[in-house]
Amino acid sequence: MEEPNGSIFLKPEIRERFDVTVPVPRVNLENCTLCGDCSAACEYHAIAVLGKTVEVFPSLCHGCGGCSDVCPEDAIEEIPRTIGRISHGTGMGVEFYEGRLNVGEAISPPVTKALRKLAGKSDVTVIDAPPGTSCPVIEAISGTDFVILVTEPTPFGLNDLKLAVGMVREIGLPHGVVINRSDIGDSRTEEYCRKEEIAILMEIPYDRRVAEAYSRGDMMFAVDSRYEMSLCELYEQIATRVHDDRTGRSQR
Amino acid sequence: MTELVVVSGKGGTGKTSLVGSLAALSQNKVLVDCDVDAADLHLILQNRVQRKTEFIGGKQAAIIEERCTNCGICPEYCRFDAIKHETHTESATGERYWIDRHACDGCGVCTRHCPEQAIDFREVVSGEWYLSDTPYGPLVHARLGLAQANSGKLVSLLRQQARLMADKRGLELILIDGPPGIGCPVIASLTGASYVLIVTEPSLSALHDMERLLQLTVHFGITTAICINKYDINPALTSRIEEFAEEHKVSIMGRIPFDPAVTKAQLAGTTVVEHHGNGASGSLELLWSNLNKELSETRQ
Repeated sequence: MEEPNGSIFLKPEIRERFDVTVPVPRVNLENCTLCGDCSAACEYHAIAVLGKTVEVFPSLCHGCGGCSDVCPEDAIEEIPRTIGRISHGTGMGVEFYEGRLNVGEAISPPVTKALRKLAGKSDVTVIDAPPGTSCPVIEAISGTDFVILVTEPTPFGLNDLKLAVGMVREIGLPHGVVINRSDIGDSRTEEYCRKEEIAILMEIPYDRRVAEAYSRGDMMFAVDSRYEMSLCELYEQIATRVHDDRTGRSQR
Repeated sequence: MTELVVVSGKGGTGKTSLVGSLAALSQNKVLVDCDVDAADLHLILQNRVQRKTEFIGGKQAAIIEERCTNCGICPEYCRFDAIKHETHTESATGERYWIDRHACDGCGVCTRHCPEQAIDFREVVSGEWYLSDTPYGPLVHARLGLAQANSGKLVSLLRQQARLMADKRGLELILIDGPPGIGCPVIASLTGASYVLIVTEPSLSALHDMERLLQLTVHFGITTAICINKYDINPALTSRIEEFAEEHKVSIMGRIPFDPAVTKAQLAGTTVVEHHGNGASGSLELLWSNLNKELSETRQ
């Protein structure tokens, strides 16, 4: 949402675009008695009575509807405010959806939510999630069938991987690890995965050709057919795992 | 007091390694790691935690099962789809409602509609923050709880603590390692800062991300400069970044070559400039000397 890059690689032809909006309050001062109930109810400090007027801070608003809900005079209506945009098209034979947060907006989860509602209709949906372990990531991964954790065998990579593992365990999602540039660091990442019994699904050694292809916006599998094979194997592994999980669940 | 924020838009451009080197090269500063949901800076600064404090991010709702009559009113008011319903053999009505705390946004709307006052709404600890000593100066950093919200609030708290520390110790520079992206924690890292350095690399993704980040710093009216990391990976794209910078009147403060020593320094738990015999080191020193000149001009 914040820094969408998928289109650089899939080069899709965009057929349609939708704005993503969140509801924000608008106060009708004719009915408002400046009682301050709205401001007291708002957990995000997005609405405040200042002198003889009510100030709304749209970028702080989460769109919960709490202010209009508590207003005793019915003086607050909610109007849609655009915070981002979704694009839909086809690239390399793949149905492609992209969410893009407008620059200056703070809160991306509503865009992710709208995007997943639109894009979740196909048999297989692959989601490119943002970095980190907080709300934008949670919105992208919650309720999915499998999470691939991509890391590097370095201290930064391992530290962030541990946090990501903690996050997927906390939510309870099946997961596995892909070690990128697997030969640039040390063995601590592998040891960690073994100890924690997390499957290492794929290891990709550093290849300057891949780095160069990436920098141009080209795909890794176009560099070498071996990569195409390993990526297919990666997909098969995950598909089998998801299938087993599903049949296991239905038998229970 | 000068606040220098280092950001990248895209992750993995080498931002934290670069901040580590700036930490080793600069004098009289406080260090801040604002990448609160994946903080890594301390890993190369040999930190020793001096003080640990809980971070209260916001409130969360929870249904008190004994009081809930399963009336089904609360989910109608929740805009975050956080109130779940399921069959539950142990309850009298054979069902139950519960609040998914990862989905709960802490707005409190449900609590006001519950006829039984069966929804608990209270502040929750959503992380901790630390004051550390390092050989390079004090470091303010944090760890946001897993799957928690309110990263922007935690970032603001860290910056406030760093300013207090700088005031108290008479330090003139606050050096901030910023989070990736352009959203809430990034905005919290940039607001009111004196100077922004964008670390980018010659790839189409990084160029795209840098453009969006620059729009953001322009939006906030903060003086911004660029550093191109691994500039020799794709000379054609490096030229494009340089053209872009010239067009937008943004100075390029440094060009760092690709150098395996950057990873080796990280593996050794130290900064690049202290890891001997490498090509990136000299360029980092030049970057700091350029930056330092700029910063002293903004101070005047």
